[in-house]
Amino acid sequence: MAIKVEHELHERRKGRNIGLLLLLIGFVGIVFGLTVVKVLQLGEAGKFERFDHVARPQLEPATQSTEGSE
Amino acid sequence: MTDASLQDTTYEASMGDYFALLKPRVMSLVVFTALAGLFVAPVPVHPFIAFVGILCIAVGAGASAALNMWWDADIDRIMKRTVGRPIPSGRVQPEEALAIGLALSGFSVVLLGLAANWLAAGLLAFTIFFYAVVYTIWLKRSTPQNIVIGGLSGALPPMIGWAVATGTVTVESALMVALIFMWTPPHFWSLAIFVKSDYGRAGVPMLTETHGRRVTRNHILGYMVALVPVSLAIAFTSIGGPIYLVTAVALNLWFGKACYDVWARASEDEAEADRFALERRAFKVSLAYLFLHFTALMAEAALRGVGFGGW
Repeated sequence: MAIKVEHELHERRKGRNIGLLLLLIGFVGIVFGLTVVKVLQLGEAGKFERFDHVARPQLEPATQSTEGSE
Repeated sequence: MTDASLQDTTYEASMGDYFALLKPRVMSLVVFTALAGLFVAPVPVHPFIAFVGILCIAVGAGASAALNMWWDADIDRIMKRTVGRPIPSGRVQPEEALAIGLALSGFSVVLLGLAANWLAAGLLAFTIFFYAVVYTIWLKRSTPQNIVIGGLSGALPPMIGWAVATGTVTVESALMVALIFMWTPPHFWSLAIFVKSDYGRAGVPMLTETHGRRVTRNHILGYMVALVPVSLAIAFTSIGGPIYLVTAVALNLWFGKACYDVWARASEDEAEADRFALERRAFKVSLAYLFLHFTALMAEAALRGVGFGGW
């Protein structure tokens, strides 16, 4: 038995479905492109670098000052 | 009747039918003038943000066109020029057009706000509202000045383009809006004189039908005269310059003469006899008039970029 049931409707709506797929791919491309452009416009990465699931003490100004005073 | 047999007899709208709802031809003028507004702005924009900004403006214009087709489906069914549109021809259901119009309106405004700034997004929202509600729902069927006031929505795209780049509204962007706003009446009415329309049958009060061609000719000349100072004033702002000034003077003489000829027609019989040759010419000149004005502004901006242009 076929896993996928084909219906005549699938064939009839093929053009619409492909069109919708292309629109969605375009939308993803726009969001990705905007993200890249906006992030790069922030300038030096160090200015907005933050913890990325792993603790990075060197990014914490308070830690640095404490170490310096000892 | 089963669901299957019902679907067999129903027309399935294609992507092309949905695209036709967005009035792609009108969209091209919107894209051109918005691009000009963005290009002449003194603040450089990243090309990708500029692309997304123009895309949002185009989609917003398309959304308002879909809302227009949804509301006007009843009169579109009556007029020959519009009977082939997606809704009157039965290819797209009215509810679909409404849903697409509302969804694309929200989508384009929010994306423009996120990509550029919220002033540009607000102006786009206002443009969509003005075209769909103020023009389509309110003015179109109530006054022969419909296209004059409604023309504001078609005039706003350069201001949105400018706002995408600068985040401000200035005298320069306001004058670009005024240029298209004052240009619309002589452009549209010169077309209305020679195109046989059935607006009257559909109950739409177009000036040619409510007041006749003589009054329309007077209005064409009147608006043309009012257009001249707007066109020339741009030359003396930060986006103008000698190239623009020379172009604007030449274009005003050219279009002014064409409008004068339309006004000076001795009789309607004469117009019928030469098959509205002067009115057709005025319409064609009007297209060149607007296109060349914005081209001259872009030329000034391009030259300014390499150390020339401007005053």
